[in-house]
Amino acid sequence: MTRVRIPPVLRVHVDGQKEVEATGATVGELLRNLTADNVGLSEQLFGEDGGLHRFVNVYLNGQDVRYLQVLDTPVSERDAVIILPAMAGGGAAGGS
Amino acid sequence: MLDLVGNTPLVDISRFNPNPKVRMLAKLEGANPTGSVKDRVARYLIADLERSGRLDPDSVILEPSSGNTGISMALVCRLRGLPLTVVMPANVTRERRQLLEIYGATIVESPAETGSNGAVERARLMAAENPRFVMADQYANPANPRAHYDTTGPEILADCPEVDVFVAGLGTGGTLMGAGRRLREHNAAVKVYAAEPMPGEMVQGLRSLDQGFVPEIFDARAIDGRFLVTTVESIESLRRLTTTEGIFAGVSSGGVLAVASRIADQMESGTIVALLADGGWKYLSEDVWSRDLEDESVESLNLW
Repeated sequence: MTRVRIPPVLRVHVDGQKEVEATGATVGELLRNLTADNVGLSEQLFGEDGGLHRFVNVYLNGQDVRYLQVLDTPVSERDAVIILPAMAGGGAAGGS
Repeated sequence: MLDLVGNTPLVDISRFNPNPKVRMLAKLEGANPTGSVKDRVARYLIADLERSGRLDPDSVILEPSSGNTGISMALVCRLRGLPLTVVMPANVTRERRQLLEIYGATIVESPAETGSNGAVERARLMAAENPRFVMADQYANPANPRAHYDTTGPEILADCPEVDVFVAGLGTGGTLMGAGRRLREHNAAVKVYAAEPMPGEMVQGLRSLDQGFVPEIFDARAIDGRFLVTTVESIESLRRLTTTEGIFAGVSSGGVLAVASRIADQMESGTIVALLADGGWKYLSEDVWSRDLEDESVESLNLW
């Protein structure tokens, strides 16, 4: 099982849990398994084309999977997956 | 003062660098007049507004900013004789508010829990309701990346033409887009990486994903990778930077260096340039150098 962090905005779809566990050999498989019985979550995570929703970022061990192999990125049980909404950056300092 | 913007030092940080096979350099944007990289952007944004013909005699410039951009805009507006209103989340550090007041800007607060998104949303609403407000909009204005294409990028190349990897913080995407593009034009093999803050639970007050936001100027294809850093990791790196190199920088600089270190660990050779967006002055009130990092409240601070 791989740990998946759920952002506050999506917790309504997972009984309020902050973190869930899921299985899958790739990020795509993992997220498909996670959303198999969960239409609400599925609609939030995936766009109409079956790819990741434009305003969803998925990170594997802190790295954005869009720059790895996107949904085909391999995942192991020791990995940590984090789902986050796309947000305006700090704009404060690093905000550049 | 505006002539003092840019031409910041690029210094070797080999005592900080975890991998001796790699060279690591830091560009110290804290050396700008108001202490951050945003002086470059503000100068370009205001010049762009002045040229655009959008400013009337009674116009007020409106900027959503959790800190540095607002402060830089306040300096430039002061020197140009332009009134400025800044919309900022209520939980930004005290120094930022004080600096804005010193330069004479008007402050409007947006809810802390909606973070920067909330400030942008609030400002866009204010501008829609009152035509006197004119927004330079650093998230959407090509003058933002252009400032970095014209200044930050060429400065790095002048000091370090052999740069292989460039790391900067991701907020509006201006630095990464502008400087990154300039570096890639010089050498297409240059890798550009973004460090972004792990948003605290408190600042994720979105009601739905459709309120998500990707800055208009940000083109995901223009970078090679994107790394999350927690506030704790950022502060740990920042403290190590202070003790090893004596550099006094802001929290996002710690985040950028945490990412630069991760990348350095995977490299056999080459040169990394990390852009340290601001100095440490605006973070003193948060006791960043001394507070207990075990305390969970650290992650909800708005320090990036």
